[in-house]
Amino acid sequence: MGKIVGLTGDEVAAEAIRQINPDVVAAYPITPQTAIVQNFSQFVADGVVSTEMVRVESEHSAMSACIGAAAAGARAMTATSANGLALMWEICYIAASYRLPIVMPVVNRALSGPINIHCDHSDSMGARDSGWIQLYSENCQEVYDNLIQAMRIAENKEVLLPVMVTLDGFIISHAMERVEILEDEKVRQFIGKYKNPHSLLNIDNPVTWGPLDLYDYYFEHKRQQIEAMEKAGEVIQRVGKEFKEISGRSYNLMENYRLEGADLVVVAAGSTAGTVKAVVNELREEGIKAGLLKIRVFRPFPAQEISQALKNAEAVAVLDRCVSFGAQGGPIFLEVRSALFEEAKRVPVVNYIYGLGGRDIGIDEIKAVYKNLERIAQTKKIEKLVGYLGLRE
Amino acid sequence: MKEKGWKEIPLGGLILEAGNAEKYTTGGWRTYRPVRDEKKCNHCLLCWVYCPDSSIIVEETKIKEFDYEHCKGCGICSVQCPRDAIKMVEETKFTSQEKGEQ
Repeated sequence: MGKIVGLTGDEVAAEAIRQINPDVVAAYPITPQTAIVQNFSQFVADGVVSTEMVRVESEHSAMSACIGAAAAGARAMTATSANGLALMWEICYIAASYRLPIVMPVVNRALSGPINIHCDHSDSMGARDSGWIQLYSENCQEVYDNLIQAMRIAENKEVLLPVMVTLDGFIISHAMERVEILEDEKVRQFIGKYKNPHSLLNIDNPVTWGPLDLYDYYFEHKRQQIEAMEKAGEVIQRVGKEFKEISGRSYNLMENYRLEGADLVVVAAGSTAGTVKAVVNELREEGIKAGLLKIRVFRPFPAQEISQALKNAEAVAVLDRCVSFGAQGGPIFLEVRSALFEEAKRVPVVNYIYGLGGRDIGIDEIKAVYKNLERIAQTKKIEKLVGYLGLRE
Repeated sequence: MKEKGWKEIPLGGLILEAGNAEKYTTGGWRTYRPVRDEKKCNHCLLCWVYCPDSSIIVEETKIKEFDYEHCKGCGICSVQCPRDAIKMVEETKFTSQEKGEQ
């Protein structure tokens, strides 16, 4: 039996990393990720993990050190937020293209400028094309569960891709919640041992990592990454089922919350999904057929599963905690709308940009979204494709 | 060399075979080629020591030839030669056949 504890998102992330006991952690502190590295450093100082902790001078170096360690055959982890992720940008692409199964919590925070330390998803959403798998977490429990599953997903031979596990800055990272922690031994058995078949340190079988790759083979290597992402969907589902066996909690590509017979559906990722659930319950009490589709896996994007889940809805609103300047809407909106294009019945889909720079979103704003969906379902007309929640005119 | 498809190559751009850079010919990068004057050369082998691409072929302590498949034409051999026996000559002065092209 595991134990039930009260931990913040950052603390529970550090706890998961303690149980994973990676060979190398190379990290640089940045608000609101700091507590992850701080708590984990304490575990290193106390000798409860055998991890080599590399205190680097920047996030660019953190990811570089993780790549070196992973190429050498180590299990390597780091954690970051916002501007830190931006600084390791170049190296994130390299981790993915070298097919190194590095796992990294990303504590979602707005990117500068003007400088802001609070939650939005512009950091991880900006990295959506870097070749990393992305798992979004709704609460502290999911941060813990996602991190443990991420290790298995990343290291699967059919995948071999790095994984970002996101948690909303402050809202999850600094809020204490009830969390169920598994026994150390159970976690270690679940993740198993990792063996890199082409370790850089294997002098009996020397290999070259990172050679120049020009027009003759670069494209083929990208095709391999595409394949790995496609395979990742099945692997994530398999790992989710296995995780249920040890934890009792099941995970899929997304969570369909009261979607059966739902006419009005909101799509959301991260902590806001929890707030939407409360609204759905309230509206269902009133007889309104409301539902939520929670995005868990954004990369690879489960387009087919999502269009299946949404095709019978009367109206759909996608909430994006991120703006893509000059685009037709937020990143999740663009994906969801595109996924629905193949359906014979045209489902009206609108987008709401919300919560930028930590702007709070509450029950009332989400109720207004459902009200608008009700109007669209009745009139079959979309007055405004992209709206802004909680913004002053 | 027939190029392989994406299912046939190691993941992540890895090269699993040690010392195979020789298979990648780089002679086409050259704009000036080193040409040795047999009469001036006393086979001191300084060019062999300095060549960064191992493109000076030596047999029994004597310089045999340049490896034009790999020589990038950097000219270090020409600068280092104490007897001014290596001249850098524009590639355009040579015919396609001399350059080994099909």
